[in-house]
Amino acid sequence: MRKYVPKDNVQKKAYYTDRFHVVPRVPREKVEEGSHFAQVVKTVGADAQESYIEIGQLVLHIKPEDNFKVIKILKEQCGYTQCSEQSAVDYLAKDNEFELFWQLLNVNEAKRVRVVCRLKKGLAIESIVPLFNSANFAEREMFDMFGIKVNNHPFLKRILMPDDWEGHPLLKTYPLHGDEFASWYEVDKIFGKEYRDIIGPENRDPAKIDIEDTKRFSRVGYEVPFGAEYNGDQEKEIEYSETLLVNYNKKTSKTLDERR
Amino acid sequence: MAQHQVNYASTAGLPIALTSVDKLVNWGRSNSLWPLTYGLACCAIEMMASGASRYDFDRMGTIFRASPRQADVMILAGTLSKKHSEFARRLYDQMTEPKWVISMGSCANTGGMFNTYATVQGVDRIIPVDIYLPGCAPRPETLQYALMMLQKKIRKESANMKKNTKQDLTTQTGKRARLI
Repeated sequence: MRKYVPKDNVQKKAYYTDRFHVVPRVPREKVEEGSHFAQVVKTVGADAQESYIEIGQLVLHIKPEDNFKVIKILKEQCGYTQCSEQSAVDYLAKDNEFELFWQLLNVNEAKRVRVVCRLKKGLAIESIVPLFNSANFAEREMFDMFGIKVNNHPFLKRILMPDDWEGHPLLKTYPLHGDEFASWYEVDKIFGKEYRDIIGPENRDPAKIDIEDTKRFSRVGYEVPFGAEYNGDQEKEIEYSETLLVNYNKKTSKTLDERR
Repeated sequence: MAQHQVNYASTAGLPIALTSVDKLVNWGRSNSLWPLTYGLACCAIEMMASGASRYDFDRMGTIFRASPRQADVMILAGTLSKKHSEFARRLYDQMTEPKWVISMGSCANTGGMFNTYATVQGVDRIIPVDIYLPGCAPRPETLQYALMMLQKKIRKESANMKKNTKQDLTTQTGKRARLI
């Protein structure tokens, strides 16, 4: 989201950058009478709490406990024979709940339906693997990334992260660079915790230059032999060749005090 | 070894060549570097190209081996994820001494663009590296040059390798330690 800027006295300002900014929003249309989607909404019946069309796709809001029932109706009575995607969105900070969605495809009609529900934190959802095998991995991924438990799943375990991983990386509260467990994972696993001191923390700064590192970086004016021990920041006299290297030590060079 | 070659005419045609054991052993080692067939990401595609006929690793005596027991170079070609790091280390441990490691590409060197929770930030956190090869992804010529650099390094080493002196790691606390 763009930062809020007070909009009074806008006309007195030379530049008002937010002038043409429109908050992006997908337009919602009503379900047209007599269309294929109207038939779908009618078949699902009262379980569909809210239904509208977004970019040619029907969106059905349901209660989380009805998900198996609704998707079964969509599959068996409306011809939605493929579940192309299933996952969740983290709205924990805003509403303390997840938004779960199932994306279904009807191949004969070339139509798509998105079934959406809101699930409170800590609650579990019913698995739809008996209806769609493709939901097997999708539900495992949802469990891995968000920690949402799925009831009656045949084999609910982590799919992307290692089995002994702690935390659920796609939660908004999960730091991008990982928590403490993540940052030491490979060291703890391979060498053990006592090796943390030896190997040291991860370098997350791509521009970091270690002044003590005499193997990878040459320090102009402070040159030492390759791999030498670092001993203080003593400026060293260097033998410069007359023809090739120019001595630009501070003694001979001039530093400007101010811009010209 | 040309400088040690004996003029056969003056030694009555005796096939004698004088050299040190170190040089002989390292000559053998450096000219038959067998890397492990081990690709992690897109760098592996370049590694395959280096092995194939256009760039031709074979002419340098470099033949990819499918078993860590038969390999003496490990080319870490690509992004090493934390989940996989355990197995990369296990493959390294399974290789017989002497063994060398080339870290190929930005991801293997430092984590590269994957500055995230799931990627090892430089394979030298778990495996001692001999040659760091920059690039994203490095061209096959670059990998061949890295291998030539490794050959050069091996030729300078002592043949009796009390190895494990590969790399100093400086920690934040200033302690120096060795990664074996």
